Amino acid sequence: MAISKEDVRYIANLARIGLSESEIEHFQKQLEGIFEYIDQLKKLDVSAIMPAAHVLDIKNVTRPDIVKSSLDPKLVMDSAPAKQGQFFKVPKVIEG
Amino acid sequence: MKLNFLTAHELKNLLDSGRNTPTDILNDVKIRYEETESKVRAFARTPFFDQVKIRQDADGPLAQIPVAIKDNICSKGDLTECSSRILKGFRAPYDATVVEKLKNSGAIIFGKTNMDEFAFGSSCETSCFYPTRNPWDLDCVPGGSSGGSAAAVAADEVIMSLGSDTGGSIRQPASLCGVVGLKPTYGRVSRYGLIAFASSLDQIGPFTKDIRDNALLLKVIAGYDERDSTSVPMPVPDYLKILGKDVKGMRVALPKEYFVEGMDLEVRASLEEAKARLESLGAIFKEVSLPHTEYAVAVYYIIATAEASSNLARFDGVQYGFRAQSGNDNDSKGLISMYKESRGQGFGAEAKRRIILGTYVLSSGYYDAYYSRALKVRTLVKQDFDKVFSDFDVILTPTSPTPAFKIGEKMDDPLSMYLSDIYTISVNLAGLPAISLPCGFTKKGLPLGMQIIGKPFGEEDIYRLAFQYEQNTPWHKEKPKL
Amino acid sequence: MEYEPVIGLEVHVQLNTATKAFCGCANVFGVRENTNICPVCLGLPGALPVLNALVLKSAVKVALAFNCSIRDYIKFDRKNYFYPDLPKNFQISQFDKPLSERGFLDIENNGIKKRVGITRVHMEEDAGKLIHSESEPFSYVDYNRAGTPLLEIVSEPELFSPEEAYAYLTDLKMILRYLDVSDCDMEKGSLRCDANISLKPKGEKKLGVKTELKNMNSFKAVKAGLSFEIRRQTECLEGGEKIVQETRLWDEKKEQTFSMRSKEEAHDYRYFPEPDLPPFSFAQKEIEEIRASLPELPQARLKRFMDSFGFLEKEASVLISDKDLADFFEACLKVLPLHKKIANWLIGPISAELNNRNVSICALGLTSERLVRLISLVENGTVSNLVAKDVLFQMLETSKDPDVIISEKNLSQVSDTDELKKMIEEVVAANKKSVDDYLAGKENALMYLVGQVMRLSQGKANPKMLRDLIAARLKQ
Repeated sequence: MAISKEDVRYIANLARIGLSESEIEHFQKQLEGIFEYIDQLKKLDVSAIMPAAHVLDIKNVTRPDIVKSSLDPKLVMDSAPAKQGQFFKVPKVIEG
Repeated sequence: MKLNFLTAHELKNLLDSGRNTPTDILNDVKIRYEETESKVRAFARTPFFDQVKIRQDADGPLAQIPVAIKDNICSKGDLTECSSRILKGFRAPYDATVVEKLKNSGAIIFGKTNMDEFAFGSSCETSCFYPTRNPWDLDCVPGGSSGGSAAAVAADEVIMSLGSDTGGSIRQPASLCGVVGLKPTYGRVSRYGLIAFASSLDQIGPFTKDIRDNALLLKVIAGYDERDSTSVPMPVPDYLKILGKDVKGMRVALPKEYFVEGMDLEVRASLEEAKARLESLGAIFKEVSLPHTEYAVAVYYIIATAEASSNLARFDGVQYGFRAQSGNDNDSKGLISMYKESRGQGFGAEAKRRIILGTYVLSSGYYDAYYSRALKVRTLVKQDFDKVFSDFDVILTPTSPTPAFKIGEKMDDPLSMYLSDIYTISVNLAGLPAISLPCGFTKKGLPLGMQIIGKPFGEEDIYRLAFQYEQNTPWHKEKPKL
Repeated sequence: MEYEPVIGLEVHVQLNTATKAFCGCANVFGVRENTNICPVCLGLPGALPVLNALVLKSAVKVALAFNCSIRDYIKFDRKNYFYPDLPKNFQISQFDKPLSERGFLDIENNGIKKRVGITRVHMEEDAGKLIHSESEPFSYVDYNRAGTPLLEIVSEPELFSPEEAYAYLTDLKMILRYLDVSDCDMEKGSLRCDANISLKPKGEKKLGVKTELKNMNSFKAVKAGLSFEIRRQTECLEGGEKIVQETRLWDEKKEQTFSMRSKEEAHDYRYFPEPDLPPFSFAQKEIEEIRASLPELPQARLKRFMDSFGFLEKEASVLISDKDLADFFEACLKVLPLHKKIANWLIGPISAELNNRNVSICALGLTSERLVRLISLVENGTVSNLVAKDVLFQMLETSKDPDVIISEKNLSQVSDTDELKKMIEEVVAANKKSVDDYLAGKENALMYLVGQVMRLSQGKANPKMLRDLIAARLKQ
């Protein structure tokens, strides 16, 4: 499959990864090679095959609705990159 | 002999007999660390020497045994960074289930081992800290991604260790470092507290110097966990009990797709010798076919990267870990910039590559062609194994297509790096247990390993065959010269 | 040209389970920020979800109540997008194999009954909360709400007016309250509603371009938002403009909708099966067991109240509109089998008071025992109906028993003949003209005199006895 630099840019934006121009160029070439390899799957006829999202044959795993103690917020807040009181602090969403 | 060179079961005997104390063990381990770590660099950071305390009351099966764990397994209050800049400074506020179990067994959590960043790699070179080196040849890689855990055991810096295996990340480094490494059946060991790479493929497993220790460590960490919906509520057998049993009549399959033209001759020769040895012990061999083997790597790189792209989305600079400085400025360019800069600077090249690949195969318009198709081929790969296991007890294959390769050799060629997992990947896709154990050395003195694949929850079959092989070969007694 | 609106509603309702959807943190509202958290709901590295069994059961109840069919194979999916209130940057939700599909809800609007299709009912987890700073370019995140169990209930685009949408929401909420799966409090955000609306020329089959409305904090706001949007879209279309497919926010103060104007990239949520949660399925028997455990739902109760008690639909509707009220009615009925009397109290003064205070009967401070006692006191003549209403209000104020209030304030009805006669003499003496009028044939004069005695007795005179005694006195 052909992959353009524009594709890489679109995907990197979806994944919220900032890439330099040289990274985009580099990844575009490497990804093209990888896709060429994984495109071999297209040889197979899988129309009658069920997908295997889970390899185990287990189902209906639940837990009872019983309250357990919460985590000490200090353990979490102490390693927050930025905080305000006991809130995590993040830059505002800037539109447009 | 220094105690650090011994196994856990040997040390237990020494402790029980009163000939040595727990302090003796720790001292020897510390001395070894000081002597060799600067060459091998198996640890992600200095182990917990100051915190490590002999637990006098401990009387579990691993009492007083120093165990190292991979840097992607959470231990409360300790740095757990997955050898990634983006998790810089992250101290897990809780213990992984396996860590709880280790502590309950009396083991001493000794330190965190180096790894490929987020377990993305087969060489331990993508660590944000430094590459780990192969104790048998310091110019070579130890394999990956659990390269640090394998190298620490191979270098006798620690008695045993835990790694994680998503596509071969325990078995391949075990093979390249000449130690024993097992990937348990999916669901056998709780993943709670293992920082996920690909949730449907990941398993935690033991690295040890021999099969008996491996069985011992697996028994400690295995079992149902109500905190992991994919752990299986089946009793854990006493794996040690199977070890004396002979292999007469065991049916061993050799998949023809794993023994092809052009494969490494020394690898092939070591497997042929192993086959002959096991036949002489009474095992019965037959060639079989796993016809979808050729697709496994492609399927794996779609499924594993898709899951990883989602699992790693949480590393965004909001709650913990690395945030790009601009994200805290008053003239910050806003949230999306903070995300992009933090992730752009926080992830290494391989992590970015895999996240982008995984995002790609899930994105609108490509899901059916790639992700959905890969799940279906995964079914075919699993069916191949089901078919073989209706007639056989285990499957024998090489672990790695080559012995340890030179540091830097494959770093610019992701595809060839991906193909170093060609013999191990199918096992994860099918959720099966498999071990790698030493089966010889190359002329240059690099270790070679072979892989024994079992049925789902067939760890006992694996240990039975592996133990008899080990007891009839000299390989596991060899030590690297450091 | 005349246009018709086509409306579909998406309702999110928080379940009132004890714990969150995938972890053991308490499912509570109003605690200090970031205290009700654990590795799972914070999405910390290594943490894994395990589904709350009660979430699954409540979800099935809701699906069955809305006549949906439960899927044979139920799975969770990850919906991937980045936002700081979403701790993992994906939401555990359901995509192509949801819990249930293809149900319906019967509603009534302006006396016209109608069946509205329910596309699906599925489970998902709620996000945390984001507070935006007024003065700084920062926002603050609180994850207490993250992981709260949600059901998403999606209607077919089969509502054709804001009033129908309002009726749909009212009936939907009523059923959820009957099932006791949520407190459905829009102010607290435990019930939220988004609306899709488009216009098409009358008679046309093809749907027009829709907008999505958000930020409506009450059913009235939904109605107002939709009405505004119909006007806005009509004006657009009549002016030859095209409707832009977009999300618009309802501004309660300005009573208008505004475009979010975000440079929203086309949503690409990259749904895929949640690998940390194995699938779910139910045996038919289990579904039937849950169905059998469902409480009586509003429609059935309405019918039963009409059939067993002979209520008019209008009366029964008031009683069943609130499950607590209907339960209260039945609790009273167990002690005092006077359904008509009890209903009159509940539909009349008590409902009025509930509306005034905007509370449910449970929050009124009235027990069924006390109401029954009060009605009994009217029945045995201790107090008149009129006084009893006063007593009711004092009961609500003071939480005292009606007997206590009556005796403290000396409100017992005067049924003593001598005492009544004394008062009658006093009134007759002071109202010669009325007495003459009555004797001259003016029946009204009698009522006047009764009223005067009533006043003299401060409303306590037994009205029936009084009437008889006055009539007898005047005929002397």
